[in-house]
Amino acid sequence: MDTNDLRVSRRGFLKLSAASATLAAAPPFIARAATTDDERAPVTAKVSLEVNGAPQALVLDTRTTLLDALREHMHLTGTKKGCDHGQCGACTVLVDGRRINSCLTLAVMHEGAKITTIEGLGTPERMHPMQAAFVKHDGYQCGYCTPGQICSAVGTLDEIRRDVPSHVTADIQARASLTRDELRERMSGNLCRCGAYSNIVEAITEVAGAGA
Amino acid sequence: MKPFTYERATSPAQAAAAAARTRNAKFIAGGTNLLDLMKIGVEEPDHLIDVNGLDLDTVSPTDDGGLRIGALVRNTDLAADRRVRKDYALLSRALLAGASGQLRNKATTAGNLLQRTRCPYFYDTHQACNKRLPGSGCAALGGFSRSLGIVGVSKACIATHPSDMAVAMRALDAIAETVKPDGATRRIPLADFYTLPGNTPHIENTLTPGELITAVTLPRPLGGTHLYHKVRDRASYAFAPVSVAAVVQKDGTGRLAVGGVAHVPWRVEAAEAALPQGARAVSARLLADAQPTAQNAMKVPLVERTLAAVLAQAKEG
Ligand SMILES: Cc1cc2nc3c(=O)[nH]c(=O)nc-3n(C[C@H](O)[C@H](O)[C@H](O)COP(=O)(O)OP(=O)(O)OC[C@H]3O[C@@H](n4cnc5c(N)ncnc54)[C@H](O)[C@@H]3O)c2cc1C
Ligand code: SF4
Repeated sequence: MDTNDLRVSRRGFLKLSAASATLAAAPPFIARAATTDDERAPVTAKVSLEVNGAPQALVLDTRTTLLDALREHMHLTGTKKGCDHGQCGACTVLVDGRRINSCLTLAVMHEGAKITTIEGLGTPERMHPMQAAFVKHDGYQCGYCTPGQICSAVGTLDEIRRDVPSHVTADIQARASLTRDELRERMSGNLCRCGAYSNIVEAITEVAGAGA
Repeated sequence: MKPFTYERATSPAQAAAAAARTRNAKFIAGGTNLLDLMKIGVEEPDHLIDVNGLDLDTVSPTDDGGLRIGALVRNTDLAADRRVRKDYALLSRALLAGASGQLRNKATTAGNLLQRTRCPYFYDTHQACNKRLPGSGCAALGGFSRSLGIVGVSKACIATHPSDMAVAMRALDAIAETVKPDGATRRIPLADFYTLPGNTPHIENTLTPGELITAVTLPRPLGGTHLYHKVRDRASYAFAPVSVAAVVQKDGTGRLAVGGVAHVPWRVEAAEAALPQGARAVSARLLADAQPTAQNAMKVPLVERTLAAVLAQAKEG
């Protein structure tokens, strides 16, 4: 596999630099890096999951995040890699109906799970109401954060339906109401560098109103 | 990320035994802190034990009228639990003030307790950090320390514990329940769970190697007004420079813990006696031994003001 080739060449490179490092009396940590890398060969594991209704059986390096499995192995590139550290929300997908950051979870941890990505919510011909509302309200500019925003918005409305409170819910014992402040707080895990926030809130509000 | 082998745990005792048997093994729950740190080489386990399949994801009543929260209960579900919202509202509030909706859907009760510091030098493997690499020094002491600790600090480390949930749990006198590799179980009050940095900042709690948290229990409901006040640099999705979790009774007595100031959720029971006298008196006792840096000295008045805001809100009921 090409990943293996990559590793071999990287190891070769590290050995080479270790050798030249000895000559040039460079810091010893380079040689140490080569040894530890040699001790640990990549490990693969099988995982079966359902993505957008279709079963997927994969053999993956255990290090593969759900995000990389979707993009690099299933070629579902709608889900975006922004920060890769759970800080931006571009990688948001629905796992068993709940929104999560696909960059901070391993694919092998999702045996038997049902994953829905932006491609599974709707198609250009048959858009999900949330996708249609984002188009109608111009809920984006460059579009990079949009798949994550839309998956997160769908998850948000489901959380409100399931009686999950938020930081801005004034009476924690009451059901949260569908206010602008509630949507802004609940969507704070999705950053938009273009600043389309007000239109995003418009789009979600419209869908929420229709569903209520 | 370094390669690692992977297994799915079949029972809590099996998971603990596997962790003790396997060299350099780690449990993985939500993964939202561990994977983040593995990606940048701060954590480098050789083996991961996935505990997600264990039957530890429910909230149930205890015999003495409290609640037992399974180690795998997700932060969203704990915050939304009707019993928690009614009797332990400061816990719901603290959870909802942390991270984002997506992260709370993954983050677990045990993982949240054990999340590691957000000290920027701990995250940067090119910097000296006694917590990451014991004996290497502490780049934070002469560096950017605005976000770091002011009390209970040492010459080796001034990091803070970043969890919001843990501050509320400390105020509530929660107890962690664990199982050890030999199958023995024990209960650790949060007061004895976290440790100060001293000369060993890489040690953060009193868990022993391989010990797995199975649940956290809450005592019988305390009544009173429950508040969690988190000061942030932006209104949402940011860690706290200072936070206060408090339960205040009608007569002005109560209990509280402070976040963002120490290596542990900071609670000084003796300071609580001063609650009826107001924020200044409490804060003076809480921070009597504070040793802030020039950059984070602002946290000292910030604790007092946050406490004053909490007490004012408690009066409103
Ligand atoms: C962008 C971002 C913003 C955040 N903001 C906040 C915030 O404002 N406030 C806040 O409080 N937190 C915040 N967090 C942190 C978040 O709350 C933690 O990452 C989360 O709670 C960790 O839980 P987890 O289940 O994912 O843990 P994991 O990452 O799975 O594990 C964390 C540690 O706990 C150990 N562990 C897990 N389960 C057990 C067990 N049962 N027994 C023994 N050991 C165990 C693991 O081995 C690991 O060392 C933020 C995180 C991110 C990425
Ligand atoms: S404060 Fe602690 S965590 Fe931060 S650099 Fe110093 S030793 Fe490391």
